[in-house]
Amino acid sequence: MRSLRWLWIPAVLVVLALAGEWWLSQRPGSRVAAAEDPSIASVLKNPDVIARGRYLAMVGDCVSCHTAQGGEPYAGGRLLPTPFGNIPAPNITPDADTGIGRWRFDDFWRAMHDGIGRDGKRLYPAFSYTSFTKVSRDDALAIFAYLRSLQPVRQPNASLQLRFPYNMRSALMVWRAMYFKPGAYQPDASQSASWNRGAYLVLGLGHCNECHTTRDAWGGAEAHAALSGGQIPEQDWYAPDLSTRANGGLQGWNRQGIIDVLKTGQSPKGTAIGPMADVVASSTQHLSDSDLGAIADYLQSLPARRTPAPPPPGIDSAVLADHGQQIYAQRCESCHGKQGEGVPGVYPPLDGNATVLEPAGVNAVRVVLLGGFPPVTDGNPRPYSMPPYAQQMSDADVAAVVTYIRQAWSNRASAVQERDVVTYRHTPID
Amino acid sequence: MVNVLKRLRWVLALGWLLAAVAQADQAAVPDTLQQRIAACTTCHGVHGEGASGAGYFPRLAGKPVDYLALQMRNFQRGLRKYAPMEYTVRLLTPAYMHEIAQYFSTQQVPYERKPVPALAPTLRQRGEQLVSVGDAARKIPPCQACHGKQLTGTEPSVPGLVGLPYDYISAQLGSWRTHTRASAAPDCMAEIASRLAPEDITAVSAWLASQDVPADTHPQPAGSITPPLRCGVLQGQGGGA
Repeated sequence: MRSLRWLWIPAVLVVLALAGEWWLSQRPGSRVAAAEDPSIASVLKNPDVIARGRYLAMVGDCVSCHTAQGGEPYAGGRLLPTPFGNIPAPNITPDADTGIGRWRFDDFWRAMHDGIGRDGKRLYPAFSYTSFTKVSRDDALAIFAYLRSLQPVRQPNASLQLRFPYNMRSALMVWRAMYFKPGAYQPDASQSASWNRGAYLVLGLGHCNECHTTRDAWGGAEAHAALSGGQIPEQDWYAPDLSTRANGGLQGWNRQGIIDVLKTGQSPKGTAIGPMADVVASSTQHLSDSDLGAIADYLQSLPARRTPAPPPPGIDSAVLADHGQQIYAQRCESCHGKQGEGVPGVYPPLDGNATVLEPAGVNAVRVVLLGGFPPVTDGNPRPYSMPPYAQQMSDADVAAVVTYIRQAWSNRASAVQERDVVTYRHTPID
Repeated sequence: MVNVLKRLRWVLALGWLLAAVAQADQAAVPDTLQQRIAACTTCHGVHGEGASGAGYFPRLAGKPVDYLALQMRNFQRGLRKYAPMEYTVRLLTPAYMHEIAQYFSTQQVPYERKPVPALAPTLRQRGEQLVSVGDAARKIPPCQACHGKQLTGTEPSVPGLVGLPYDYISAQLGSWRTHTRASAAPDCMAEIASRLAPEDITAVSAWLASQDVPADTHPQPAGSITPPLRCGVLQGQGGGA
């Protein structure tokens, strides 16, 4: 009985949400296009601003979400999978009816900075305004100028595929109160200009934390866990912790290694794979050396992490690892080396590799199953590739070899079970 | 200075030796395309001969270079749907894809006979009919009209049909009907596949898969065919319906 006393709270919340939903639905749909402020209108036509915007749009990797497979760049249509349903990325070419052709810069700024759409609706945070809010007004203006300079593509936006109750935008009121605070990047005067530039890029436009963090049941990033790694919901890849210090996911990476992996897709400590390979291919390989250096400077300042908890007792992975060692000798050793040392510039090392060691064990399982190419970049235009073993190896064999790799040499990560391999056997494609 | 160098000569010599050994060690990985594309050759064979034993992984060896490059591009665009292929080629650049296509198109390896299901004589006859004369009543042109008299394909972008496994051919024709394989519009193969009856697919696939491979498997020269349908992959040439 005691617990029932509190039932009025969710009941009132639901009523309020439904009332809000009705109220929003009664408002006029799209506002009449107002003329752009003349001072802004002239900036939007400035070729230097447009060129800067093109670079910044690449830093933000806008094209990767706002382009469907095989579709026109920036014309939207890609479905972003979330645990709450699919969210189609909208058309952001300057088509008047289906794109952002009628948007004024103020509309764009509100979307980037406040997460509010042109029609006044709250935007779903699949659009990473939780990070983009730190983007400066000048940078946002340049990006807008660039998008406005694109060839308009007529492609109507697909409708949301969210399940009830997530399809009620009023629920976003609560979500925003919990996880979103509009704000600008606050420079840290005690740090170098390069560090500040790196922090601005990583935390703002680069929106690295949207993947490299743990999300809770409501899809919000856990505030204390910034850049400490997490499994990407629905995509089933693990975005590793980015600390280079003790117990960090990139422990032992030096400044040049970070620059190399972002610029070429590979480094002496490891190779970009999965979603990060896409990011390198379409975004980071094109960044200036000074911006890459700035990102490296910032990441190297991330704090050391706590010592991971020892594996739970009672699981003896020695048999699994022994079997895995035999498979390793047959299938992996000729490229990755007896000591997991790899071949510099050709095959990545597995000893101390962040992909191998991430806590979930997802990435190593997927790489064994899928194989494939690292990103093709100007710095590595003809990369060496890895055979996919999905067709040749059983779930048990994959679990064994991944367990061996995660525990051999200096590696000390948890074992991977056969059932984990079953979960990740399908090929991720969107 | 000279003295210092003299004293250090053993150190220098040792350093040089170590560097040479390290270099030799790295050279152990051959700097060849074949070595680079292990992701492809694991399923399609080192020379693109197709997977031995397994029916599905198609032969790539000797197919026209533009055809192979276009197929990779179509997997990237999602016109062809097969998740492992889409994943594998998704980040390749046009230049790298062309180089890979070039590699497989120039490979010459013997064909291997794959198992074919037993076929009733009427179906066998139907298969042969579709391949050589087509079915005018249902507006189905013969395979030979585009894929060549010897069915070895036509430069630069029509693939050969000889030496392919039954499972692969029938799966592709099925894919065209279910829109998990497509090509540039107007998509003539999608049109033809939609005109085939299900038993036609069995008949034509089995007949093709059971043929002996001709001695000369090179594709016919470019311009040697007049496509009966308008085809996007053939730059829209061809007429009729």
